[in-house]
Amino acid sequence: MNIHEYQAKQIFADFGIPVQNGKIIENAENAISAAKEIGGKSWVVKAQIHAGGRGKGGGVKFAKDLEAVGKYAHEILGMNLVTHQTGPEGKLVQKVYIVEAVDIKEEYYLSILLDRATEMPVIIASAEGGMDIEKVAAEMPEKIVKIQINPLIGFRSFHGRMIAKTFGLNADLTKKVTNLVASLYQIYVQKDANMIEVNPLVLTDDDEFIALDAKVGFDDNAMFKHKEIAAMRDFDEEEPTELEADKYGLSYVKLDGNVGCVVNGAGLAMSTMDIVKHENGEPANFLDVGGKATAETVAKSFEIILKDPNVKAIFVNIFGGIVRCDRIANGILEATQKINVNVPLVIRLDGTNAKEASEILKKANIQNIITAESMSDGAKKVVAAARG
Amino acid sequence: MSILVNKNSKIIVQGFTGKEGSFHAEQCLEYGTNIVGGVTPKKGGTTHLAKPVFDSVSEAVIATGANVSLIFVPPAFAAEAIMEAADAGIEIIVCITEGIPVSDMVIAKRFVKDKGATLIGPNCPGIITAEETKIGIMPGYVFKKGNVGLISKSGTLTYEAANQIVQAGFGITTAVGIGGDPIIGASYIELLQLFEADNETEAIVLIGEIGGELEIKAAEFIKENISKPVVAFIAGQTAPKGKRMGHAGAIIAGSKGTAQEKIVALQNAGVTVSETPAQIGETVAKVLFKK
Repeated sequence: MNIHEYQAKQIFADFGIPVQNGKIIENAENAISAAKEIGGKSWVVKAQIHAGGRGKGGGVKFAKDLEAVGKYAHEILGMNLVTHQTGPEGKLVQKVYIVEAVDIKEEYYLSILLDRATEMPVIIASAEGGMDIEKVAAEMPEKIVKIQINPLIGFRSFHGRMIAKTFGLNADLTKKVTNLVASLYQIYVQKDANMIEVNPLVLTDDDEFIALDAKVGFDDNAMFKHKEIAAMRDFDEEEPTELEADKYGLSYVKLDGNVGCVVNGAGLAMSTMDIVKHENGEPANFLDVGGKATAETVAKSFEIILKDPNVKAIFVNIFGGIVRCDRIANGILEATQKINVNVPLVIRLDGTNAKEASEILKKANIQNIITAESMSDGAKKVVAAARG
Repeated sequence: MSILVNKNSKIIVQGFTGKEGSFHAEQCLEYGTNIVGGVTPKKGGTTHLAKPVFDSVSEAVIATGANVSLIFVPPAFAAEAIMEAADAGIEIIVCITEGIPVSDMVIAKRFVKDKGATLIGPNCPGIITAEETKIGIMPGYVFKKGNVGLISKSGTLTYEAANQIVQAGFGITTAVGIGGDPIIGASYIELLQLFEADNETEAIVLIGEIGGELEIKAAEFIKENISKPVVAFIAGQTAPKGKRMGHAGAIIAGSKGTAQEKIVALQNAGVTVSETPAQIGETVAKVLFKK
């Protein structure tokens, strides 16, 4: 689960990490009064969407006076912001964050995430603040330090000194940065974050560190422990059909193709997309109905997939194990009675009682149901059906 | 021969009396698995499925001599259940539960390692030694006895692969679902080693997916240490970046963890990679006939 910058900064402030004074607004009319309340002489107006690259896309503007704050708030609120992370369709900006501008002396990069290779949290630090860290890693790997934190001892001051050295800091600033990273690590552990990124962390003219940006993501599986974090979820930022699927325990990811896929199990669901592509088709989605494919889950899957107008045919690829294929076949027939499936339906059932299932489907004699003998046979048939 | 478990393994089920635990324990018993009891706190002293129920794993171990545990405990308590099993001296811990917080697993995994136990999963279908013992949730009949070892991150894709191998005229020694979470117990490397040492296993099938780098590490290991033929399939060649594909661990982070890089690494290690998920069986047949 991801949250907005302003929410992340609220958490930062709660843990004693310095952030700029700021206010969130949803109506541009309130921009100037918000800026007045914040105080200061100049401000930054920042679009709040769950995607990086906001500045380059025109969603972050420096306002030298109050008039400019109003102007930019009007421009940014309601704009469709396109960044390298939003895809070409962009994202509608519904909130802007107005913050006091600061004088920047230095910019650094800091992040904490899970290092899957060592199975420990890793802190990544670089003196190249403000840049895309993957770019720094590719072009100047020597400018990045990665520090694995053994969870049994947590973050210690010697880790802080390693970071300070990368940043090239004096003794006084070493202490400050150590405290700051210790707090970030506390957030990571206590709130079950799976990613914290501060890019840039800045040093001001009067030698104070400020988290100028903040990106925090959380482990979905741990949200039952943190009601206050779960409450920060912004449903406007999520793909509506993915959200609906989630409600019914279906794992669905929308893609750009025209072949809908209904599969049981995540690995088989990914493989189904792959084989559709192999047969020169384009998958319209990833969809895992879960281990047990029932009439209800299959019906809901059809409903969700058919919301996508690009879908020209659906491939049902199910391996029946403990739930037998004959039952699944009856479930699919039941689903087609509940939901009007107006595109060809290619069905491949394999596993327990696959032959009986095939008989059931053939006997039902439904016009748009095409049975397939194998996964590749099914993929070929569904790609052909999608072409029309 | 087989790896990890056989008909002599003594198994307890944690979360024995719950809905999932009961259903699958019954299926395992039907398969012939030697379940000697179960654990459900506060239900100790009762019987379930004609087996004794204990309050704790340590009591169960003392009373039954169990050396394997199969876990169906809900996600909020599953990491604790894993640690309890390890603490009680269980040697092989199989955790089926999906949805355990990563931070819980970071700690549980370290503890299991300290205790010298082997953890399989979480978020996995379990282990099956064909026609001997099933410690998990897979449809047992699909796994006909044979000479192919199977290691997979997935559930239904494992059944699919086993079915294809059987249709191609071969069978399975042991199949292990290692799970699709970011942090899992035993990985490809440990199991490859066991299959290499197993006399009955003549070929190994490795099924991976996008996310993380376990398949890359496996490739490096295979190159140096495995003499038996290995066939692989990597799911998610068409998966978009930055999107979680069902499994919590199946996500391409930045440009890392793509199917393509894993396929190339495996091919460079001499592994025969099946181009599509439908060709796993025939690829195994080709490799074994060549032998």
